Formats: sequence, C-alpha cells, structure tokens
Amino acid sequence: MNGLAILIPVALGLGLCGLAAFFWAMRSGQFDDLDGAAQRILIDEEGNEEDVSRP
Amino acid sequence: MNAPTVLSPAVAPGPADASSPIDSRFIVPGMRCAGCIGKIERGLLAVDGVVSARVNFSAKRVAVRHRPDIDDRDLVNALERIGFEAQALADAPFGEDRNETRSLLKALAVAGFGMMNIMLLSVGVWSGADGATREIFHWLSAMIAIPVVAYAGRPFFISAAKVLRQRHTNMDVPISIGVLLATGLSLYETATGGAHAYFDGAVMLLFFLLAGRVLDAMMRDRARQGIGALMKHTALQALVVGPAGDTQWVAAAALEPGQVMIVAAGENLAADGVIVKGSSAFDNAMLTGESEPQARGEGDTVLAGTTNVGAPVSVRVTAAGGDTTIADLARLMDDVGQHRSFYVRVADRAARIYAPAVHSLALATFAGWMIAGAGLHQSLLVAISVLIITCPCALGLAVPAAQVVAVGALLKRGVLIKDGSALERLASVDRAVFDKTGTLTLGTPHPVSLEALSDDEKSIALALASASRHPLSRALHAALASEAVGASEVGNISEVPGVGISGRWQGQIVSLGRADNPSVPTVRLTIGDRSRDISFRDQPRADVGPMLVALERLGIESSILSGDAAGPVGRLANAHGLSFVAAADPRAKVDALKALADEGRNVLMVGDGLNDGPALAAAHVSMAPGTASDVGQQAADAVFTSPGIMPVALAVRVARQTRHIVRENFALAIAYNAFAVPIAIAGLVTPLVAAIAMSMSSLIVVGNALRLAGSAK
Repeated sequence: MNGLAILIPVALGLGLCGLAAFFWAMRSGQFDDLDGAAQRILIDEEGNEEDVSRP
Repeated sequence: MNAPTVLSPAVAPGPADASSPIDSRFIVPGMRCAGCIGKIERGLLAVDGVVSARVNFSAKRVAVRHRPDIDDRDLVNALERIGFEAQALADAPFGEDRNETRSLLKALAVAGFGMMNIMLLSVGVWSGADGATREIFHWLSAMIAIPVVAYAGRPFFISAAKVLRQRHTNMDVPISIGVLLATGLSLYETATGGAHAYFDGAVMLLFFLLAGRVLDAMMRDRARQGIGALMKHTALQALVVGPAGDTQWVAAAALEPGQVMIVAAGENLAADGVIVKGSSAFDNAMLTGESEPQARGEGDTVLAGTTNVGAPVSVRVTAAGGDTTIADLARLMDDVGQHRSFYVRVADRAARIYAPAVHSLALATFAGWMIAGAGLHQSLLVAISVLIITCPCALGLAVPAAQVVAVGALLKRGVLIKDGSALERLASVDRAVFDKTGTLTLGTPHPVSLEALSDDEKSIALALASASRHPLSRALHAALASEAVGASEVGNISEVPGVGISGRWQGQIVSLGRADNPSVPTVRLTIGDRSRDISFRDQPRADVGPMLVALERLGIESSILSGDAAGPVGRLANAHGLSFVAAADPRAKVDALKALADEGRNVLMVGDGLNDGPALAAAHVSMAPGTASDVGQQAADAVFTSPGIMPVALAVRVARQTRHIVRENFALAIAYNAFAVPIAIAGLVTPLVAAIAMSMSSLIVVGNALRLAGSAK
C-alpha cells in the first residue's frame, strides 16, 4: 500500500509531463510544417554551392 | 496586404530605418525538394531589406519579414529571379480552420491522458481491489475524470446545446447525455462507496469520438491546404498611367472609372474598360467559356477577368470593383449557394432515429426495473448502463473513419475532397453536367501543326519561345519541351512586346512573331527567308471518352453545358454522343441545373471558369480541375489536379464504395447493440464489460473502414 502512495503520483506526474510537452509543441508550431521538417535535414547549411539547377 | 508584425523571435531591425519590419506571405507552388527550401530562403535573405524568410513546405508558402520600403512586388520579382513563380498572399484564409483542428487535438490529448490514467486505476479495481483501496482509486479517478470530461467534452456539449436550441438533434446529443449521466452517476457511486464507477467508460468514449473528429478535421485541412496551394490568389492589380505620364501599380479595388491602365500580354484585366490605344486578342475562357480569343480594337469594351493574349493595350476604366461583371457573378454565387446548408449528413440522419430510440429504451428499462420492484438507485444504475453501452462509440466512428480513409486514397490520385459532406453528396449523383472549355478540354492553347516542323525548326522555336512569357510562347515551349527537343544556340535574343521575339542563329535572323490570322491564334516562325505558321487550338483532355464510359457504367447520364459557341461545343458533344447546351451565360447555367434538380436528379457539375462559379455553387455537388479559376476552386466541393479527367468517375466510384462501407459500419454498430443491449437491460453490465465492448466495437468499425484504403486503385 505504501508503494502506491509513491507510484500513483509518479504515474500521474509522468502523464502530465507528456501532456504539457504536447501542448508546448502545439503552441510553438512544431506540427506546422511536417513535410518541410523532413526535407530540411537534407539542406547543406554552408550555402556556398552554386545554384546550377534552375528549374 | 501586409499583416501587422506578429510575435516571433526578435530580429535586429535595419540600422537606417526606425520603422519596424513587416511580414508578407507568398505562395510558391513550384517548391518540390529540400534544395528548393534552401534556395528560396538563402535567395530571399540575399535581397536587400529582407530580415528573415521561412518556408512552410507543407503549405508551399514562404513567410518573409522585411523592411517596409520594399513591397510584395519586389519580393515576387526576387523569387522569380531565384527561379520560382510566386504570388503574394493577401491574408490567412484558412487560419480559423486550423484552430479548430488544434483545439480538437488538444482535447484528444487531454482525453488520452485521462483515459490511460483512469484505466490504470480501473484495472486495479477490476482485479479485486476493495474497501479503502477501491474507494481511494474511485476518488482519484473522479479527480482526473471530472476536469477531463469538462475540457475534452466541450466540442460535443457546445454542438449539442446549439442543435437543441434549434429544436433539432444530432449525434452529439446522445453522446453528451451519455457522458454527463455516466460521470454524474459514477460520482454519486463514489461518494456513497458503491462498487461500480464508469469514469473509464465515459472518458474512453470521449477519446474514441474525439479521434474520429480529429481525423475528420485533419482531412478537411489537408484538402484546403492543397487547394490553397493550387489557387492563384491573384490580388488583381493594374498599371495605371498618372497625369504626368508616370505609371504605378494600383490594386483592383482602388481603381476608379476614367483612369487609364496599361495591360501587357499575358496579364488579366483588373476592371471593365474601353480600349483607347492598341488592339489585341482577349481570352474570355474563364469569364464566358468561349475557347477562341476575341479580337478587340480601339473603342471596344473589354471585361475584368479576361486575359490579354496579344499585344499590350491601354484601357480606360469604365467600371471597377463592385460594378464589374466579375462582381455580378460573385453576387449570383452568393444567392444560389445557400441551399447547401440544408443538406443533412448521414451521421446526423442516423442520430435522428438513434437518439430517441436509445433514450426511450433507457427510460423503459428504468420503468421496468422499478415495476419489477428494484429500488430507485438500482433502476437508475441499470438504465444508465444501458445508455453507456449503447452510446454511439462505433456509430460516431462509423462515418468519419470510412470517409477519412477514402479521402486519403483519393488524395493519392490527385483528387482533393473538401469535406465528408461532399463525399456523401458525390455518392448520390445520378446526372453529370460538364462545362467544355477548361474542363473537358485543357483550356490552354496547344500547338496543333508541330509535326510539319523539321528538327532544326523545332529547336529554334524552343529557344525563342523559352525567352518569352507570352501565353502562346509558353504553350509552344511546353509542347516542344515535352517532345524532348533540345534548344539550339540562338544569340542576341530580344523581344518587342506585341510583335515577337527575334534572335540570330548560324548567321541568320530568326524570329517568332504574330501572324495575321484573325480566326485562330497563330504564330509565325521565320528563319532567314523561310517562314512557318504554327496555329494553336484548345485540345480535349485525353481521357474524356473513357471517363464518360465509366460514368455511364455507374448509371450516370452526362451532358455538356457550355458558354462557348454552338460550333465547337457541338463538335465535341457529337464526338462523344452527348446532348449539349451552348452559349449559356452563368444565369442560364444555374437555371438549367435547377430544372434538373426539380426533376429529382442529383446533379454533379464539373466546371472551371468564373462563369461556372454560380453553377458549381448551385449543383448538388461539384468538381473543378486544378487549373480552374480561384472562384471555381472555391465553389467546387472537390478539385482534381491530374491533367486527365478520369478522376471525376473515380471520385464517384470511391464515394459510392464509401457509402457502402458506412452502411456496413452502421449495420455492425446495430448488430453490436442488438447483442449488448439485452445484457445491459438485464443489469449484467459492469464497467469492465462496458470497456471491452466499447473498444471492440470501435476497433471493428475502424478495421472495416480501412478496407477502403485500396479503393481508388
């Protein structure tokens, strides 16, 4: 029984942390551009290559 | 045009000006890869005055923060130099809709949190906790469930309250009553130390139903985003000549009668007017459906919304803003678009039978147990367990789950369906009416006599055409590029607006210019002293025939309703054995659709132009191609982006399959109820039974809906 007094608040606390993290992510626009986030990892940050492939 | 500064990480303002940077947004349909994101962002940052640029790849948009001394036009030009066509975006057209999805997602997250934690405690109770432990667990569940229900249940409570005030009912009414009663009863049970609390059931119900709502809202968002990216967002502008001979760009709304505007080739007219200098051909396809450009000279009237496809002209404005022909069309559209709100969706029609049935069943159970001699408390307990077990968990998912899967499958084939209601209406179609120009045909001029050209001539034409932005040049460029012709080396290329492009090839003067042919748009390719005429015509889409056959197989009769002259309409109609009405103005189109509706037909209208806008809004359901005018795309229920027209038949077929699956889902939900309700009436339902029954029925319904994933093959 004593274990429950610790475990239940821990379980609830972890759940609340997850919920808070989700709300933060929504508010700060993490889900605004899901496709773009997947593409951005491929960009070379140096930015000194030539633009050869103009469409 | 420029939104006020919004909250975002602080950026250093330019040192010279004291005024704060402003934000503008642009739509860039051409971005396709990571390289494009990098190129656009770096390219814009290199422009003097741009503070920051951020691409949203999903929405194909760029948000630019810049000093007020550069305007949208400069930035569009900058984007063009980088290699992308762009349009300035006036405001956030779909901002509100995204907020709806957001608040539903938040509610879903809260319900999920509550469900998991209450289930954690409930499992303890089910596996035999009793006495003080059970009581603590119940109180903990209540402390989690009450705020969760209050927050996550709001979308249902608000909607239920709204329809009840109008003395209607929808699916949200039995849901709200069930959830509130279950929570209230469980609270009472907890306070009196009872054995059964249904907090888990109530919160689980909310979670499953919210999942359905979130899917539904996301599906609508995705379609709207897709259509938003297709639209041209032409905030119409005109180059107005001032009294001192200077020119400046003026927005269409600010134009005044008497002003003179210069309209270059390829530009749209921003206002109705009379030509005062020059002569040219005007493409009325979007406004009237006429496929052949009309020649107009000095003193002739030209209308807003038409495209100048010939030489630059000066036009004196006679009507602007709300007085133009386009504005008349918009008013007509508003008038005829009202009836759609009367369509009652399948789920709500089901609720109209379901809600009274369930509520009287629960009441009868209560009465039965009272008569049988059970106490008030036990009778109430059984009656509420009937409400919980019948609560339309599966029923609430039956429709959205199937529609989301079907819409996703159609999206992969390039058909954007705006909402579930459109899909339902599409399933009941038994008559199809097509516009001609831009719908059954491609709506753009296409060179017809290319086979006559030699390879050398083709590659010279390609080199010249790619140097110009004239509509005919671009059509020629597109056609030749698709034939895999290489451009030859042409030097000294220069363009004289209204005359043509010329250059030097192997010592000879070559040119691509206007040919005097009043009936058909034609360009003349001249190489040295040889010359060739290339004429342009609007081509029917390649798969019109197979699409009409597919519709016929679905039992749908088709016809053509066009604003074009009888000659070209008749030719196309006869080729496919269709009946047709030609030279119909927007009002006549609406009347024709009304006549069909009065015969009891559910008409699918497929059209693209401004002139089709009212008809698209008036039809039972409507579709537009991705090349349609913004008005057409806004009025239509669905937009298809492929060059072929087959998606029209495909969408109807998938819509019918979806209707079939939805009916199956309803049947499954009813079968589940037929099985579970007797158990509930007998008073044998414990919270454990309710939880298992609810998740099983939801899973079965969702699983059945997933069968639609391959439906658009």
